[in-house]
Amino acid sequence: MSLLELRDVRKSFGAIDALRGVTFSVEAGSAVALVGDNGAGKSTLMKTITGVHRPDAGQIRFDGVSIVGKDPGRIREAGIEMIYQDLALARMRDVASNIFLGRELTRSVLGMRLVDTNRMRNEAEAMVARLGARIPSVSQMTGQLSGGQQQSVAIARALTFNPKLVIMDEPTAALAVREVEHVLDLIRALKKDGISVILISHRLTDVFSVSDRIVVLRQGQVIADDATRDTSMNAVVAHIVGAHSEPAS
Amino acid sequence: MTSASTGAAPPSWRARFASGAAVRLESLIVLAVLCIVMAMLSNVFFSVSNILNILLSTAVFGTLAIGMTFVISSAGIDLSVGSILALSGVAGAMLTSNLELPWWAGVLGCLAMGAFTGAVNGFLITKGAIPPFIVTLGMLGVARGFALVLSNGVSIYGLPPEIVWLGQGRPFGVPTPVIILLLTALVAHVLLAQTRFGVYAQVIGDNEGAARAMGVRVERMKVLIYTLSGLLSGLAGLLFAARINSGEPTAGLNYELTAITATILGGTNLFGGRGSVLGTLIGALIMGVLQNGLNLMAVRPFYQQIAIGTVLILAVWLDRINSKEGWRR
Repeated sequence: MSLLELRDVRKSFGAIDALRGVTFSVEAGSAVALVGDNGAGKSTLMKTITGVHRPDAGQIRFDGVSIVGKDPGRIREAGIEMIYQDLALARMRDVASNIFLGRELTRSVLGMRLVDTNRMRNEAEAMVARLGARIPSVSQMTGQLSGGQQQSVAIARALTFNPKLVIMDEPTAALAVREVEHVLDLIRALKKDGISVILISHRLTDVFSVSDRIVVLRQGQVIADDATRDTSMNAVVAHIVGAHSEPAS
Repeated sequence: MTSASTGAAPPSWRARFASGAAVRLESLIVLAVLCIVMAMLSNVFFSVSNILNILLSTAVFGTLAIGMTFVISSAGIDLSVGSILALSGVAGAMLTSNLELPWWAGVLGCLAMGAFTGAVNGFLITKGAIPPFIVTLGMLGVARGFALVLSNGVSIYGLPPEIVWLGQGRPFGVPTPVIILLLTALVAHVLLAQTRFGVYAQVIGDNEGAARAMGVRVERMKVLIYTLSGLLSGLAGLLFAARINSGEPTAGLNYELTAITATILGGTNLFGGRGSVLGTLIGALIMGVLQNGLNLMAVRPFYQQIAIGTVLILAVWLDRINSKEGWRR
């Protein structure tokens, strides 16, 4: 049984059919790259998995359980984390509150549940140190950090709560070369720990260096789904631009 | 990767004050300067009775401003607070005067009417996907209209003595509305700064998409935020009616202007993301001192409207100039 299984997932926004029956699966401890042209439906598909969008039809099973219709909080609890392309950070709050956003630690004071800022800062500090991220202080406003540092915050948040699957939407698009290597190393490390990764990226060299499978999305459909070692850069590019038009079986 | 910080300048003393304190330094300075100026212009300004006077006149719109702090923190706006105040006061007065129900029914009626109207705002904003500006502008008319319809446009006199005590009583020499304002502010401050509810209200104002993606139930939160603002408008309606011993359909006219101004003066970000109830309390006191000073100097009330409106525009303008040099978007 695969960790994540999608079967015939469909989603429309008004007259636009963003997803027209998407089927693919992700095995535990593997990295699947999801590639495709702009507007192919990659981000919509991922937001459908994380519960931000609700599919019109189709099945999504995670760890053998259907997650269709669950809200994003429940889906995070089930073990799916996503690093969004825009990072989804509250930039006026400090690093620690962003790492714990949606999962604040609380303590009970006179019957009221108050957020435990100190404990969150301490644990965030430990997490940031473990990741080796260059963040000056977890009590700093996230909006004051550089782009790469903000990305580290988003990554730390995704990895703090023992996820089983981490979805990364263009994690290397805004990074310097050295930082890209760090993200790729991170994906390899996650796989080694048995954590699955879905990587959305335009950079095919990154895709070929870390992924086990490559799924090509075109106009809301999967048109290729191959093991990385069985395909080539040229074949993937041809699928992305539509040079092979027959859908994958 | 190294753990060395890269070129991050040490935070300025101002930034450190702002991150450590619940109240913006600028708001305190404005309040202090205003008090000094008023004291020089009038020798009764610093008397105990005048200070209690200021606090008493601050209580009603201060209560509105506390609710407004949650709403503006979430990048919303509530223009209907003054009208909800009037509708709630009329409803409470009708329950006790017309239906002759006991005083506590009047109190609960006030609060329930406010909370209900606020909840209607919240449902229209979330389920109807109508911008808060439009929903609450509409409600400004609707709630005021209902207050006039229910009361036939006339005041409803003769509230039970227990309710009148809430407006006119002076336990330990301090007016009851002042005690209620301070207790409300204290609870609301903890709610906004220290609970998930308050944190999420601010995160929704900061980045609504992030809040949703991280599992915050944004729609439910918004309904609760506008319900809270309505509830506090109901409380303000109760205090207003109790103070003048009547349910008044024209009560709280233009109070949304004062409440929004107090909130912005207190340092809550107009575009959401950050708010402080204690800051709002300081902002409300600035408005109270300003009105009181103008009264002491026998300035015609018409000019007070001009002053309040000008202060609002000035406060936002100064904030804009300030934030250009800062990190805010």
